[in-house]
Amino acid sequence: MTTHHLPLTTYAPDDAVIAENLTRKFGKFIAVNTISFRVARGEIFGFLGPNGSGKTTTIKMLLGLLHPTSGAANVLGYDVVHHPEKIRSMVGYVSQKFSLYTDLNVIENLNFYGRAYRVWGKQLDARRQIAIELAGLVGVERELTANLAGGFKQRLALAAAILHEPQLLILDEPTAGVDPVSRRDFWKLLYRLAAQGTTIFVTTHYMDEAEQCHRLAFIHEGHIVATGTPSDIKEKQMRGSVIEIDCDPPGRALEILRQIENLDETALYGSLVHVVARDVAAQQPQIERALRDAQIAIKSIAVIPPSLEDVFIARAKG
Amino acid sequence: MTGQITATQLSKTFRKNQAVRGVSFDIAPGEIYGLIGPDGAGKTTTIRMLAGVMDPTRGTARVNGLDTTRQAEQLRAHVGYMAQKFSLYGDLSVRENIEFYADIFGVRGKARAERIARLLKFARLDQFQDRDAGVLSGGMKKKLGLACAFIHRPRVLFLDEPTNGVDPISRREFWDILSDLHIEGVTIFISTAYLDEAERCSRVGLMYRGEIIREGTPIALRQLVQGDLLAIITPDLQIAENVAQKLPGIFEVQVYGDRLHVFVDAGATRAREIEIALVAAGATIKQIRPAAPHLQEAFISLISHL
Repeated sequence: MTTHHLPLTTYAPDDAVIAENLTRKFGKFIAVNTISFRVARGEIFGFLGPNGSGKTTTIKMLLGLLHPTSGAANVLGYDVVHHPEKIRSMVGYVSQKFSLYTDLNVIENLNFYGRAYRVWGKQLDARRQIAIELAGLVGVERELTANLAGGFKQRLALAAAILHEPQLLILDEPTAGVDPVSRRDFWKLLYRLAAQGTTIFVTTHYMDEAEQCHRLAFIHEGHIVATGTPSDIKEKQMRGSVIEIDCDPPGRALEILRQIENLDETALYGSLVHVVARDVAAQQPQIERALRDAQIAIKSIAVIPPSLEDVFIARAKG
Repeated sequence: MTGQITATQLSKTFRKNQAVRGVSFDIAPGEIYGLIGPDGAGKTTTIRMLAGVMDPTRGTARVNGLDTTRQAEQLRAHVGYMAQKFSLYGDLSVRENIEFYADIFGVRGKARAERIARLLKFARLDQFQDRDAGVLSGGMKKKLGLACAFIHRPRVLFLDEPTNGVDPISRREFWDILSDLHIEGVTIFISTAYLDEAERCSRVGLMYRGEIIREGTPIALRQLVQGDLLAIITPDLQIAENVAQKLPGIFEVQVYGDRLHVFVDAGATRAREIEIALVAAGATIKQIRPAAPHLQEAFISLISHL
């Protein structure tokens, strides 16, 4: 296997991450397939996709832990293949399985990670204090990590990752399994970091968090299938239109609608039915007719704006 | 009460901790009832009591007409229960796991093979039936868990956070399977921390600190938000957030990529005040308009006013 790295000719100082045709194969399996994207400094960039779609492989390449098969990536001005150590000293990384020492307290954990990143003495004391305040850990400094609630553990992991004042934070599903209120607090913290100039590259399965990113890329089976701001994606990148139907009984309606060909998606939302149609003008009358023939009363039928999830599912289907 | 699931003042105390504080339900046959709330709200304890696997400290519940405490044994035949951390046999195949549950629930005879085949197809697992359960993706494990919980064709399913940690595409598929069950008339009681999933339920109970603080259809719950929601689209988010937070009549400010969501006591007046204050602070406003809150926001707004 030859490894060829394209020169990145277009690097600009306000780029935090550039990926150009980045590809990684494992044997015959192409985990990441010629993806290109750019993350500007200070941006909160959401990298979304189902499990196994290539997210973690991409992150590993950005961290210089895994070499690309082809294509190139540049992080904070450094090529990921040639200067991984430079990159790692400027990046904070919180993985899905970030390990905190549960038998150490908050301060002890932070001291441990600070030293691992070669932050010592008074500098460590000062930065630890800043991290504790920023992450909302004031009052639990002496608490054993094992006794912290889920949301606090996530914030402690983040505090540990910012002790060396990284310019870029890479967060791999940092809020998995965390409740809505703690997740919102965690995002407020991300916004504070971004406002200070830290670039944030984050993966999540929560669509409400995706909405909070400045820009998004959605990766599916190794390809980026949608990218842009959340509004742009919802307004311009949907394949087809979502039609919402209020009818009775909705369950029976769903059965009928599933028999209509060429509807991309039929789903029940409480008492409402959502369908995705490529051609509303032609398909809406067809839907109405099918429901009427089955003696299902339509209370209302209208095209509604798609959710981010609607767009991703439509784009993933190709 | 004539509901498929009914409960009166159900409570559970663990030593001094009152996990569930007098919750009542009346759920009709065929409903998808969503129990929504943060961690530690009491969702799991509630589900365990309703499914008859844990006795309440006080109060009673009936499922399918059976008392969940005194008739717990009989109840087992009529309910399916998928625990949050259910166990599958990792070294058995998908099919063998389902066979195992079929044995436990005494599914025998001619119906058995047909039912297993149907369930595999139903859970979209037929192509993976010979794969070891241990190597399945998170989403597939959940689907297998659901198939196992449904092997004896119960009329009522209790699902405790079945989509936790599952990616959006698998989550959508899981809900499509639940819709199929709903169409067949199965009553589904499901807990989740994903508030967007509440939109797929017939009715939702918001649980917080052991109590059901609100209950209703997803549409009704969204309208419970106090005051009005304004969306402010601006490139100067940080300035806008700092300024907006300090103005009178503001309940809550949330940042979303290219916009702020601001909950205010009176939309029309506050919109103008915010606009003046932001412009004075040097922020550019592209647009300021009323917006419809998501359930996520409705919930957070509700609990921050308790």
